[in-house]
Amino acid sequence: MNENTCVSEVCGDYVLVRLSGEVDLSWSQQVRRAILDALGDGGRVGVDLSQVGYIDSSGIAALVEGLQNARSHNRKFVLVAVSDAAMAVLRLARLDRVFSIFSDLDAARSA
Amino acid sequence: MTNAQPLIAVDKLEAWYGSRRILHGVDFHVRAGEIRVIMGGSGSGKSTLLRHLLGLHRPRGGTIKLLGVDIGRAGAAEMLAVRRQIGVSFQGGALLTSLSVGDNVALPLRELTTLDEGTIRIMSRLKLEMVDLGGFQDLMPAQLSGGMIKRAALARAIALDPKLLFFDEPSAGLDPVVSAELDELILRLRDALRMTIVVVTHELESAFKIADTITVLDRGEILMTGTVDEVRGADNARIQDLLNRRAREVVVDADAYLRRLTEDRSRLD
Repeated sequence: MNENTCVSEVCGDYVLVRLSGEVDLSWSQQVRRAILDALGDGGRVGVDLSQVGYIDSSGIAALVEGLQNARSHNRKFVLVAVSDAAMAVLRLARLDRVFSIFSDLDAARSA
Repeated sequence: MTNAQPLIAVDKLEAWYGSRRILHGVDFHVRAGEIRVIMGGSGSGKSTLLRHLLGLHRPRGGTIKLLGVDIGRAGAAEMLAVRRQIGVSFQGGALLTSLSVGDNVALPLRELTTLDEGTIRIMSRLKLEMVDLGGFQDLMPAQLSGGMIKRAALARAIALDPKLLFFDEPSAGLDPVVSAELDELILRLRDALRMTIVVVTHELESAFKIADTITVLDRGEILMTGTVDEVRGADNARIQDLLNRRAREVVVDADAYLRRLTEDRSRLD
């Protein structure tokens, strides 16, 4: 199982927030902060969910808040490489039709 | 994926109401990620078993462990920690009538977390979306149909993303289509949110659709625990009576009957 981590890095024109492990109430506020900080930098933001084995609704709420924040400032906010586990939760709330979801950042750039 | 230790471990549970024994030597183990249906007719003891699992009654005998904690002996703090990881959807919904649907769902988050109000709003509305009540947060419980009350109660039960969800009679009083939709929802919740779910029902169709395993209770005893196919194929006459909706023959113990009629007062210890 992956360790719970949240790492932000600059990837060209995007800030990519890489999440891994089990995103739940115990540390989802840290994820929320990282996403809002990334958006605070003013550029495009992607969240990589490829290494997420589980995400609860507090983690999903952090992503929703990120999307809402990005939209209100007319910025791009995408999810990339969404794991099956994370996708199942997004689908449960039909959020797969709300977020822009791509296989990787290159696909997001060319969209 | 599955833990070696079961999420629910009940051993030799005895339950009495006054002088009537309701549960006798019940063993009940549920693994992580399982959907277990407790099935039985009226008076079988299934609601009593549920009330014991929720810690609403202390066992007269035997032990009940939830998430590794013996709830018959747990202190208040330990019990609270267990309760945070458990969701319950009661048969009648048990929504607070003076609160809106949205406030009902947000209540566990406001009471048991320190999350900011924005996050609570998103989380509770996400749960309403999951149960197909998106946008209904401002309605009052009195404005909801029977199926909507069940779904709102379910949304509140999963507000804290519980590890363990108890669902009492999801189909009772609902039309078949709404009932089938709830069954689908239970399956999706288990798969997406990795919940372990215990459903109490007397609806056979629903039980067969959602259960990984079924525990059949009758007159306070477990007749069997098995897969859907095992229960369907059981040669036990009482299980077949239940499956085929045949009336059971009531055995009368003359001495016990007379005692119930004539005894001065019930033993309440």
